[in-house]
Amino acid sequence: MDAATRSIVRDGIAVGIATGAYGISFGAVSVTSGLDVWQSCALSLLVFTGASQFALVGVVGASGNPFFGALSGLLLGTRNTLYGLKVAPMVGWHGARRAAAAHLLIDESTAMTLTRKSREHARAGFLSTGLSVFLLWNLATLAGALAGDSLGDPRTYGLDAAVGGAFLGLLWPRLDTLLNRVAAVLGAALALILVPFVPAGVPVLAAGVVALGLGLTSRHRDDEPAQDP
Amino acid sequence: MIWLAILGCALGCYLLKLAGMSVPEGVLAHPVLRRTADLLPVVLLAALVAVQVFVVGGTDGPALGIDARLAGLGAAFVALLLRAPFIVVVIVAALTAALLRL
Repeated sequence: MDAATRSIVRDGIAVGIATGAYGISFGAVSVTSGLDVWQSCALSLLVFTGASQFALVGVVGASGNPFFGALSGLLLGTRNTLYGLKVAPMVGWHGARRAAAAHLLIDESTAMTLTRKSREHARAGFLSTGLSVFLLWNLATLAGALAGDSLGDPRTYGLDAAVGGAFLGLLWPRLDTLLNRVAAVLGAALALILVPFVPAGVPVLAAGVVALGLGLTSRHRDDEPAQDP
Repeated sequence: MIWLAILGCALGCYLLKLAGMSVPEGVLAHPVLRRTADLLPVVLLAALVAVQVFVVGGTDGPALGIDARLAGLGAAFVALLLRAPFIVVVIVAALTAALLRL
């Protein structure tokens, strides 16, 4: 392994450690939303894409139908498809390796792959980031879920307010263009208008219409992964 | 019910990842499709922020209302302006709401 590859692996592990801290908040929020420790850990192991997991537990926490939560999670998961289109030719895996690597395809592993100049470095960036995030994200989810479970009423600790803060933190790095800011305001407004009239979970799904409307009417913008947790 | 949602979400999210890794890049080249996919996370996350902060569960179902969560969101906003890391943003939001309820 050359010096450049070692440096890439070190960076990947650093990203994993930073993301692990964020997994603690997911675990705590998940159990205070009404999921048990097993369900919280299953989400991190099997879904393994943070925003989708937060969306699912957010809907469950608002007493919504978990099915709408899963749909919100799927809509948020579509961005990983776009990441895959760019990552696949850079890492050049096929068959079983590609099927296994797909599970590690998230914001962080994409961001740490796309800037590389060679296939070896792209693979090093993808694997070191993807594997260290996977390991620490799951350990942190378990720790957060166990801690959240022992806390009692989540409102006492403001954990219900933590969810809104978490979503704002995920949204923040994406508010870098005027179009995205307009989309955010319209999406939030449409969801709130619908709240009194439709079941919990539906307003967020319906807000997706704003993305379609602006997608049809706006000019081109290249898709890059946000550098967020 | 929750397990079914978890497993369905897991399978769907994995297939979305695998599809991106497997299809040729040109397949999703249509600009409207790409722009919509690009905007989806922005719109959904903003809607999730709004619903998490302003919706209160009433006996007649969900309604809009304001409580300590809005102060938590304001504190999170300030933390983000100050470039605080994600975990700090979440903790600041929770602590602010908790302190207001003392």
